[in-house]
Amino acid sequence: MYSNKFDYLAPESLDEALSVLADRGDEVKVLAGGQSLIPMMKLRLANPETLLDINRIPGLDHITHTDEHPDAHIAPADQHWPGGSSNGGGEMLRIGALARHNDIVNSSAAKANHTVASAAPWVADPIVRNLGTVAGSLAHHDPEGDWASVMLACGADVVVTSSSGARVVAIEDFLVDMFATSCQPNELVTEVRVKTHSQRGGGNYQKLERKVGDYATVGVATCLELGDDGNISGAGIALTSVYAHNLKVPEAETLLRGHAPSEALFKEAGAVAAAACDPATDTRGSADYKRHVVDVFTQRGLAESLAIAQGGQS
Amino acid sequence: MNVTVTINGAERSADVEPRVLLADFIRSDLGLTGTHIGCDTTSCGVCTVLVDGTPIKSCTMFAVQANGRSITTVEGLKQNGDLSAMQQAFHEQHGLQCGFCTPAMMLVGTAFLEENPNPTEDEIRWAISGNLCRCTGYVNIVKSIQAAAQATTEGANA
Repeated sequence: MYSNKFDYLAPESLDEALSVLADRGDEVKVLAGGQSLIPMMKLRLANPETLLDINRIPGLDHITHTDEHPDAHIAPADQHWPGGSSNGGGEMLRIGALARHNDIVNSSAAKANHTVASAAPWVADPIVRNLGTVAGSLAHHDPEGDWASVMLACGADVVVTSSSGARVVAIEDFLVDMFATSCQPNELVTEVRVKTHSQRGGGNYQKLERKVGDYATVGVATCLELGDDGNISGAGIALTSVYAHNLKVPEAETLLRGHAPSEALFKEAGAVAAAACDPATDTRGSADYKRHVVDVFTQRGLAESLAIAQGGQS
Repeated sequence: MNVTVTINGAERSADVEPRVLLADFIRSDLGLTGTHIGCDTTSCGVCTVLVDGTPIKSCTMFAVQANGRSITTVEGLKQNGDLSAMQQAFHEQHGLQCGFCTPAMMLVGTAFLEENPNPTEDEIRWAISGNLCRCTGYVNIVKSIQAAAQATTEGANA
Protein backbone atom coordinates (compact mmCIF):
# COMPACT_ATOMS: atom_id res chain seq x y z
CA MET A 1 0.00 0.00 0.00
CA TYR A 2 1.26 3.42 -0.84
CA SER A 3 0.58 6.79 0.69
CA ASN A 4 -0.19 9.88 -1.32
CA LYS A 5 2.81 11.79 -2.55
CA PHE A 6 4.50 14.10 -0.09
CA ASP A 7 7.56 16.27 0.26
CA TYR A 8 10.11 14.83 2.65
CA LEU A 9 12.23 17.00 4.90
CA ALA A 10 14.76 15.67 7.39
CA PRO A 11 16.29 18.68 9.15
CA GLU A 12 19.38 18.19 11.28
CA SER A 13 18.59 20.84 13.86
CA LEU A 14 15.63 21.70 16.02
CA ASP A 15 15.66 25.32 14.84
CA GLU A 16 15.40 24.20 11.24
CA ALA A 17 12.46 21.92 12.06
CA LEU A 18 10.68 24.65 14.00
CA SER A 19 11.10 27.12 11.18
CA VAL A 20 9.45 24.64 8.78
CA LEU A 21 6.57 24.33 11.23
CA ALA A 22 6.37 28.12 11.59
CA ASP A 23 6.27 28.48 7.81
CA ARG A 24 3.80 25.81 6.87
CA GLY A 25 2.85 23.79 9.93
CA ASP A 26 -0.70 23.38 8.60
CA GLU A 27 0.41 21.06 5.85
CA VAL A 28 3.04 19.18 7.83
CA LYS A 29 2.96 15.94 9.75
CA VAL A 30 5.88 15.25 12.06
CA LEU A 31 7.50 11.84 11.70
CA ALA A 32 9.09 10.41 14.84
CA GLY A 33 8.76 6.60 15.09
CA GLY A 34 6.08 6.53 12.40
CA GLN A 35 4.53 3.32 13.71
CA SER A 36 1.05 4.88 13.75
CA LEU A 37 1.55 7.65 11.21
CA ILE A 38 2.96 5.54 8.37
CA PRO A 39 0.15 2.95 8.55
CA MET A 40 -2.35 5.83 8.50
CA MET A 41 -0.62 7.38 5.50
CA LYS A 42 -0.65 4.02 3.71
CA LEU A 43 -4.40 3.79 4.33
CA ARG A 44 -4.63 7.44 3.20
CA LEU A 45 -6.27 8.40 6.44
CA ALA A 46 -3.40 10.87 6.83
CA ASN A 47 -2.32 12.80 3.73
CA PRO A 48 0.28 15.38 4.71
CA GLU A 49 1.75 17.52 1.94
CA THR A 50 5.03 17.55 3.83
CA LEU A 51 6.53 14.93 6.09
CA LEU A 52 8.93 16.41 8.62
CA ASP A 53 11.27 13.66 9.80
CA ILE A 54 12.76 14.69 13.16
CA ASN A 55 14.90 11.56 13.53
CA ARG A 56 18.10 13.32 12.47
CA ILE A 57 17.80 16.05 15.10
CA PRO A 58 20.32 15.45 17.91
CA GLY A 59 19.45 15.77 21.59
CA LEU A 60 15.87 14.54 21.53
CA ASP A 61 16.35 10.90 22.53
CA HIS A 62 17.09 11.37 26.23
CA ILE A 63 15.52 9.59 29.18
CA THR A 64 16.87 11.29 32.26
CA HIS A 65 16.02 11.19 35.93
CA THR A 66 16.71 14.60 37.37
CA ASP A 67 15.96 16.67 40.43
CA GLU A 68 16.80 19.94 38.76
CA HIS A 69 14.22 22.01 37.05
CA PRO A 70 15.36 21.69 33.47
CA ASP A 71 14.65 25.19 32.28
CA ALA A 72 13.44 27.72 34.78
CA HIS A 73 12.40 30.12 32.04
CA ILE A 74 9.49 27.90 31.06
CA ALA A 75 6.56 28.36 33.36
CA PRO A 76 5.76 24.98 34.88
CA ALA A 77 2.27 23.59 34.53
CA ASP A 78 0.24 23.01 37.67
CA GLN A 79 1.56 19.94 39.34
CA HIS A 80 -0.82 17.05 39.11
CA TRP A 81 1.40 14.32 40.52
CA PRO A 82 -0.64 12.28 42.95
CA GLY A 83 0.58 13.19 46.42
CA GLY A 84 1.74 16.66 45.39
CA SER A 85 5.38 17.20 46.26
CA SER A 86 5.64 14.10 48.46
CA ASN A 87 8.08 12.52 46.07
CA GLY A 88 10.90 14.36 47.74
CA GLY A 89 10.81 17.53 45.71
CA GLY A 90 11.05 18.07 42.01
CA GLU A 91 12.43 14.73 40.89
CA MET A 92 11.21 13.88 37.45
CA LEU A 93 11.77 11.76 34.43
CA ARG A 94 12.42 13.69 31.24
CA ILE A 95 11.53 11.70 28.15
CA GLY A 96 12.74 13.24 24.90
CA ALA A 97 10.68 13.27 21.71
CA LEU A 98 12.79 10.50 20.16
CA ALA A 99 12.90 8.13 23.13
CA ARG A 100 11.54 4.83 21.81
CA HIS A 101 9.29 2.48 23.75
CA ASN A 102 12.15 0.00 23.97
CA ASP A 103 14.48 2.74 25.26
CA ILE A 104 12.07 3.00 28.19
CA VAL A 105 12.05 -0.80 28.60
CA ASN A 106 15.87 -0.79 28.74
CA SER A 107 16.33 2.43 30.73
CA SER A 108 17.42 2.23 34.35
CA ALA A 109 16.35 5.86 34.83
CA ALA A 110 12.79 5.05 33.76
CA LYS A 111 12.45 2.55 36.62
CA ALA A 112 12.07 5.54 38.94
CA ASN A 113 8.49 5.87 37.75
CA HIS A 114 6.91 2.47 38.28
CA THR A 115 3.82 3.14 36.18
CA VAL A 116 5.95 4.13 33.18
CA ALA A 117 8.33 1.20 33.60
CA SER A 118 5.48 -1.25 33.98
CA ALA A 119 3.64 -0.07 30.85
CA ALA A 120 6.55 0.09 28.40
CA PRO A 121 6.88 -3.68 27.70
CA TRP A 122 3.16 -3.84 26.88
CA VAL A 123 3.16 -1.20 24.17
CA ALA A 124 2.80 -2.70 20.67
CA ASP A 125 5.27 -5.53 19.89
CA PRO A 126 9.05 -5.80 20.33
CA ILE A 127 9.87 -4.72 16.76
CA VAL A 128 7.46 -1.78 16.74
CA ARG A 129 8.85 -0.73 20.14
CA ASN A 130 12.25 -0.22 18.50
CA LEU A 131 10.87 2.72 16.51
CA GLY A 132 7.68 3.99 18.16
CA THR A 133 8.12 6.85 20.63
CA VAL A 134 6.37 7.84 23.86
CA ALA A 135 6.02 11.49 22.82
CA GLY A 136 4.80 10.52 19.35
CA SER A 137 2.21 8.23 20.85
CA LEU A 138 0.87 11.10 22.98
CA ALA A 139 0.96 13.55 20.05
CA HIS A 140 -0.87 11.06 17.85
CA HIS A 141 -3.40 10.55 20.65
CA ASP A 142 -5.03 7.35 19.54
CA PRO A 143 -7.91 7.06 21.99
CA GLU A 144 -6.81 3.48 22.72
CA GLY A 145 -3.12 4.25 23.25
CA ASP A 146 -1.46 3.04 26.43
CA TRP A 147 0.80 6.00 27.21
CA ALA A 148 -1.96 8.57 27.61
CA SER A 149 -3.45 6.54 30.48
CA VAL A 150 -0.05 6.23 32.12
CA MET A 151 0.55 9.98 31.84
CA LEU A 152 -2.97 10.85 33.03
CA ALA A 153 -2.57 8.63 36.10
CA CYS A 154 0.83 10.20 36.84
CA GLY A 155 -0.14 13.80 36.06
CA ALA A 156 2.60 14.27 33.46
CA ASP A 157 3.49 17.45 31.60
CA VAL A 158 4.19 17.81 27.90
CA VAL A 159 6.72 20.33 26.58
CA VAL A 160 5.76 21.80 23.22
CA THR A 161 8.21 24.02 21.41
CA SER A 162 7.83 26.52 18.61
CA SER A 163 10.25 28.98 17.08
CA SER A 164 9.04 31.56 19.61
CA GLY A 165 9.78 29.37 22.64
CA ALA A 166 8.57 26.44 24.70
CA ARG A 167 5.56 25.95 26.91
CA VAL A 168 4.66 23.25 29.41
CA VAL A 169 1.19 21.80 29.14
CA ALA A 170 -0.46 19.57 31.73
CA ILE A 171 -1.38 16.25 30.13
CA GLU A 172 -5.09 16.81 30.74
CA ASP A 173 -4.91 20.04 28.75
CA PHE A 174 -2.69 18.48 26.11
CA LEU A 175 -5.10 15.65 25.26
CA VAL A 176 -8.07 17.43 23.70
CA ASP A 177 -10.01 14.65 22.01
CA MET A 178 -9.32 11.50 20.01
CA PHE A 179 -6.47 12.19 17.57
CA ALA A 180 -6.49 15.81 18.72
CA THR A 181 -4.12 17.60 21.09
CA SER A 182 -3.49 21.21 22.05
CA CYS A 183 -0.14 21.11 20.20
CA GLN A 184 -0.51 23.79 17.53
CA PRO A 185 0.58 23.40 13.88
CA ASN A 186 3.67 25.54 14.50
CA GLU A 187 4.66 23.50 17.55
CA LEU A 188 6.59 20.30 18.15
CA VAL A 189 6.31 18.03 21.19
CA THR A 190 9.89 17.99 22.42
CA GLU A 191 9.64 16.32 25.81
CA VAL A 192 7.37 14.53 28.25
CA ARG A 193 7.97 15.16 31.94
CA VAL A 194 6.65 12.87 34.57
CA LYS A 195 7.50 12.85 38.23
CA THR A 196 9.20 9.84 39.75
CA HIS A 197 7.93 7.79 42.66
CA SER A 198 9.22 8.44 46.16
CA GLN A 199 10.43 5.62 48.39
CA ARG A 200 6.83 5.41 49.56
CA GLY A 201 5.30 5.37 46.10
CA GLY A 202 4.46 2.76 43.52
CA GLY A 203 2.71 2.36 40.21
CA ASN A 204 1.56 -0.21 37.71
CA TYR A 205 -0.01 -0.78 34.31
CA GLN A 206 -2.34 -3.71 33.74
CA LYS A 207 -3.16 -4.60 30.15
CA LEU A 208 -5.32 -7.29 28.66
CA GLU A 209 -4.60 -7.86 24.98
CA ARG A 210 -5.80 -10.61 22.66
CA LYS A 211 -2.37 -10.97 21.15
CA VAL A 212 0.96 -9.19 21.26
CA GLY A 213 0.74 -5.89 19.43
CA ASP A 214 -3.01 -5.53 19.68
CA TYR A 215 -4.75 -2.59 21.24
CA ALA A 216 -5.72 -3.11 24.85
CA THR A 217 -9.01 -4.87 25.43
CA VAL A 218 -8.72 -3.09 28.76
CA GLY A 219 -5.80 -1.18 30.26
CA VAL A 220 -5.56 0.31 33.76
CA ALA A 221 -2.78 2.65 34.91
CA THR A 222 -2.35 3.21 38.63
CA CYS A 223 -0.04 5.45 40.63
CA LEU A 224 0.13 5.66 44.44
CA GLU A 225 1.98 7.73 47.00
CA LEU A 226 1.82 7.05 50.72
CA GLY A 227 2.28 9.65 53.45
CA ASP A 228 4.48 9.28 56.54
CA ASP A 229 1.49 7.82 58.39
CA GLY A 230 1.15 5.07 55.79
CA ASN A 231 -2.11 6.50 54.50
CA ILE A 232 -2.58 7.20 50.81
CA SER A 233 -1.48 10.77 50.16
CA GLY A 234 -2.17 10.64 46.45
CA ALA A 235 -3.56 8.28 43.85
CA GLY A 236 -3.82 8.32 40.08
CA ILE A 237 -6.03 6.01 38.03
CA ALA A 238 -6.65 6.09 34.29
CA LEU A 239 -8.26 3.59 31.91
CA THR A 240 -7.51 2.53 28.33
CA SER A 241 -9.94 1.32 25.65
CA VAL A 242 -13.09 1.50 27.75
CA TYR A 243 -14.32 4.99 26.86
CA ALA A 244 -14.24 7.30 23.84
CA HIS A 245 -10.78 8.34 25.02
CA ASN A 246 -8.31 7.52 27.78
CA LEU A 247 -10.24 8.12 30.95
CA LYS A 248 -8.87 9.54 34.18
CA VAL A 249 -11.05 8.55 37.14
CA PRO A 250 -10.88 11.40 39.68
CA GLU A 251 -13.77 9.94 41.69
CA ALA A 252 -11.71 6.84 42.45
CA GLU A 253 -8.59 8.93 43.15
CA THR A 254 -10.49 11.09 45.65
CA LEU A 255 -11.97 8.02 47.30
CA LEU A 256 -8.48 6.67 48.00
CA ARG A 257 -6.78 9.87 49.11
CA GLY A 258 -6.28 10.28 52.85
CA HIS A 259 -7.29 6.74 53.71
CA ALA A 260 -5.37 3.73 54.92
CA PRO A 261 -4.82 1.31 52.04
CA SER A 262 -6.82 -1.88 52.32
CA GLU A 263 -8.30 -4.57 50.17
CA ALA A 264 -11.78 -3.25 50.95
CA LEU A 265 -10.82 0.28 49.91
CA PHE A 266 -9.29 -0.96 46.64
CA LYS A 267 -12.46 -2.94 46.01
CA GLU A 268 -14.48 0.26 46.33
CA ALA A 269 -12.09 2.03 43.95
CA GLY A 270 -12.47 -0.82 41.45
CA ALA A 271 -16.24 -0.47 41.58
CA VAL A 272 -16.01 3.31 41.06
CA ALA A 273 -13.69 2.88 38.06
CA ALA A 274 -15.99 0.24 36.58
CA ALA A 275 -18.94 2.59 36.97
CA ALA A 276 -17.05 5.50 35.38
CA CYS A 277 -16.10 3.70 32.18
CA ASP A 278 -18.37 3.13 29.20
CA PRO A 279 -16.90 0.30 27.14
CA ALA A 280 -18.25 -0.78 23.76
CA THR A 281 -19.14 -4.35 22.88
CA ASP A 282 -16.86 -5.38 20.02
CA THR A 283 -14.62 -8.22 18.82
CA ARG A 284 -12.45 -7.78 21.90
CA GLY A 285 -15.28 -8.52 24.31
CA SER A 286 -18.67 -7.47 25.60
CA ALA A 287 -19.19 -4.23 27.49
CA ASP A 288 -20.03 -6.16 30.66
CA TYR A 289 -16.89 -8.24 30.40
CA LYS A 290 -14.67 -5.19 29.91
CA ARG A 291 -16.32 -3.39 32.80
CA HIS A 292 -15.60 -6.40 34.99
CA VAL A 293 -11.96 -6.40 33.88
CA VAL A 294 -11.68 -2.69 34.76
CA ASP A 295 -12.92 -3.52 38.25
CA VAL A 296 -10.46 -6.41 38.70
CA PHE A 297 -7.51 -4.61 37.08
CA THR A 298 -8.01 -1.48 39.20
CA GLN A 299 -7.86 -3.57 42.37
CA ARG A 300 -4.93 -5.58 41.09
CA GLY A 301 -3.02 -2.48 39.91
CA LEU A 302 -3.54 -0.72 43.24
CA ALA A 303 -2.38 -3.82 45.12
CA GLU A 304 0.77 -4.00 42.95
CA SER A 305 1.40 -0.28 43.42
CA LEU A 306 0.96 -0.63 47.17
CA ALA A 307 3.36 -3.58 47.33
CA ILE A 308 6.02 -1.44 45.66
CA ALA A 309 5.24 1.55 47.89
CA GLN A 310 5.56 -0.61 51.00
CA GLY A 311 8.81 -2.10 49.72
CA GLY A 312 7.38 -5.57 49.36
CA GLN A 313 8.62 -5.83 45.80
CA SER A 314 10.08 -3.71 43.09
CA MET B 1 15.30 11.55 -3.91
CA ASN B 2 18.59 9.74 -3.93
CA VAL B 3 18.85 7.16 -1.20
CA THR B 4 22.19 5.60 -0.37
CA VAL B 5 22.47 2.77 2.11
CA THR B 6 25.11 0.29 3.14
CA ILE B 7 23.31 -2.99 2.73
CA ASN B 8 24.99 -6.20 3.86
CA GLY B 9 28.28 -4.32 3.78
CA ALA B 10 27.96 -2.90 0.25
CA GLU B 11 27.02 0.67 -0.60
CA ARG B 12 24.00 0.90 -2.91
CA SER B 13 22.03 3.87 -4.20
CA ALA B 14 18.78 4.43 -6.01
CA ASP B 15 16.55 7.32 -6.88
CA VAL B 16 13.14 6.90 -5.28
CA GLU B 17 10.03 8.86 -4.40
CA PRO B 18 9.81 9.67 -0.69
CA ARG B 19 6.74 7.45 -0.38
CA VAL B 20 8.58 4.29 -1.41
CA LEU B 21 8.66 1.89 1.51
CA LEU B 22 11.97 0.49 2.67
CA ALA B 23 10.69 -3.05 2.01
CA ASP B 24 10.00 -2.24 -1.64
CA PHE B 25 13.26 -0.33 -1.99
CA ILE B 26 15.16 -3.39 -0.81
CA ARG B 27 13.20 -5.82 -2.98
CA SER B 28 12.59 -3.84 -6.16
CA ASP B 29 15.34 -1.25 -6.35
CA LEU B 30 18.14 -3.27 -4.80
CA GLY B 31 16.89 -6.67 -6.00
CA LEU B 32 17.21 -8.39 -2.63
CA THR B 33 14.07 -10.48 -2.44
CA GLY B 34 14.96 -12.38 0.72
CA THR B 35 13.06 -9.67 2.60
CA HIS B 36 9.41 -10.67 2.37
CA ILE B 37 6.24 -8.60 2.52
CA GLY B 38 3.33 -10.18 4.35
CA CYS B 39 0.54 -8.15 5.89
CA ASP B 40 1.85 -4.71 4.86
CA THR B 41 0.17 -3.38 8.03
CA THR B 42 2.93 -3.56 10.68
CA SER B 43 1.45 -6.73 12.17
CA CYS B 44 3.24 -9.83 10.89
CA GLY B 45 6.89 -8.82 11.00
CA VAL B 46 8.05 -10.84 7.97
CA CYS B 47 9.54 -7.68 6.42
CA THR B 48 11.84 -7.18 9.43
CA VAL B 49 15.37 -6.05 8.59
CA LEU B 50 18.12 -4.65 10.79
CA VAL B 51 18.77 -0.92 10.49
CA ASP B 52 22.02 -0.06 12.28
CA GLY B 53 21.65 -3.44 14.00
CA THR B 54 18.11 -2.85 15.28
CA PRO B 55 15.16 -4.91 13.97
CA ILE B 56 12.49 -2.76 12.34
CA LYS B 57 9.51 -3.53 10.11
CA SER B 58 10.55 -2.35 6.68
CA CYS B 59 6.93 -1.95 5.51
CA THR B 60 6.60 0.79 8.12
CA MET B 61 9.62 2.88 7.27
CA PHE B 62 10.14 4.97 4.16
CA ALA B 63 13.32 4.26 2.21
CA VAL B 64 14.36 7.92 2.57
CA GLN B 65 14.47 7.46 6.33
CA ALA B 66 17.19 4.85 5.89
CA ASN B 67 19.39 7.17 3.83
CA GLY B 68 22.98 6.88 5.06
CA ARG B 69 22.20 3.98 7.37
CA SER B 70 23.46 0.45 7.48
CA ILE B 71 21.00 -2.34 6.71
CA THR B 72 21.27 -6.09 7.17
CA THR B 73 18.89 -8.42 5.37
CA VAL B 74 18.81 -12.20 5.37
CA GLU B 75 21.21 -12.17 2.42
CA GLY B 76 23.78 -10.59 4.74
CA LEU B 77 23.68 -13.26 7.43
CA LYS B 78 26.06 -15.76 5.86
CA GLN B 79 29.65 -15.41 6.94
CA ASN B 80 32.51 -16.07 4.50
CA GLY B 81 30.13 -18.07 2.35
CA ASP B 82 29.00 -20.33 5.19
CA LEU B 83 25.71 -20.31 7.01
CA SER B 84 25.77 -18.24 10.20
CA ALA B 85 25.20 -20.00 13.52
CA MET B 86 21.57 -18.87 13.39
CA GLN B 87 21.04 -20.14 9.84
CA GLN B 88 22.74 -23.43 10.63
CA ALA B 89 20.54 -23.85 13.71
CA PHE B 90 17.33 -23.22 11.72
CA HIS B 91 18.55 -25.82 9.22
CA GLU B 92 19.38 -28.43 11.84
CA GLN B 93 16.40 -27.85 14.14
CA HIS B 94 13.86 -27.75 11.31
CA GLY B 95 13.03 -24.16 12.28
CA LEU B 96 11.01 -23.55 9.14
CA GLN B 97 8.29 -25.11 7.09
CA CYS B 98 7.10 -22.79 4.31
CA GLY B 99 9.98 -20.40 5.00
CA PHE B 100 8.07 -17.18 4.58
CA CYS B 101 8.71 -15.83 8.09
CA THR B 102 12.20 -17.33 8.29
CA PRO B 103 14.38 -14.44 7.10
CA ALA B 104 12.79 -12.15 9.71
CA MET B 105 12.95 -14.79 12.44
CA MET B 106 16.66 -15.34 11.83
CA LEU B 107 17.40 -11.61 11.78
CA VAL B 108 15.42 -10.99 14.97
CA GLY B 109 17.08 -14.02 16.58
CA THR B 110 20.53 -12.77 15.57
CA ALA B 111 19.95 -9.25 16.94
CA PHE B 112 18.41 -10.70 20.10
CA LEU B 113 21.37 -12.99 20.86
CA GLU B 114 23.72 -10.01 20.52
CA GLU B 115 21.85 -8.43 23.43
CA ASN B 116 21.15 -11.59 25.37
CA PRO B 117 23.54 -14.46 24.51
CA ASN B 118 22.02 -16.89 27.05
CA PRO B 119 18.27 -16.38 26.92
CA THR B 120 15.58 -18.46 28.58
CA GLU B 121 12.82 -19.97 26.46
CA ASP B 122 10.42 -17.28 27.74
CA GLU B 123 12.82 -14.53 26.75
CA ILE B 124 13.12 -15.99 23.25
CA ARG B 125 9.35 -16.24 22.89
CA TRP B 126 9.03 -12.63 24.07
CA ALA B 127 11.72 -11.50 21.60
CA ILE B 128 9.98 -13.05 18.58
CA SER B 129 6.50 -12.02 19.67
CA GLY B 130 6.41 -9.30 17.00
CA ASN B 131 6.85 -11.91 14.27
CA LEU B 132 4.15 -14.28 13.09
CA CYS B 133 4.66 -17.84 11.87
CA ARG B 134 1.62 -19.73 10.61
CA CYS B 135 3.31 -23.15 10.12
CA THR B 136 5.58 -24.23 12.91
CA GLY B 137 3.68 -23.38 16.06
CA TYR B 138 6.96 -21.66 17.01
CA VAL B 139 8.35 -24.70 18.85
CA ASN B 140 11.15 -25.38 16.39
CA ILE B 141 11.85 -21.68 15.90
CA VAL B 142 12.47 -21.37 19.62
CA LYS B 143 14.62 -24.52 19.54
CA SER B 144 16.62 -23.08 16.65
CA ILE B 145 17.36 -19.86 18.50
CA GLN B 146 18.30 -21.87 21.60
CA ALA B 147 20.63 -24.02 19.50
CA ALA B 148 22.18 -20.95 17.90
CA ALA B 149 22.74 -19.43 21.34
CA GLN B 150 24.43 -22.62 22.48
CA ALA B 151 26.57 -22.90 19.34
CA THR B 152 27.61 -19.26 19.62
CA THR B 153 28.48 -19.54 23.30
CA GLU B 154 30.43 -22.77 22.74
CA GLY B 155 32.18 -21.20 19.76
CA ALA B 156 33.17 -18.24 21.90
CA ASN B 157 34.48 -20.50 24.65
CA ALA B 158 36.33 -22.85 22.32
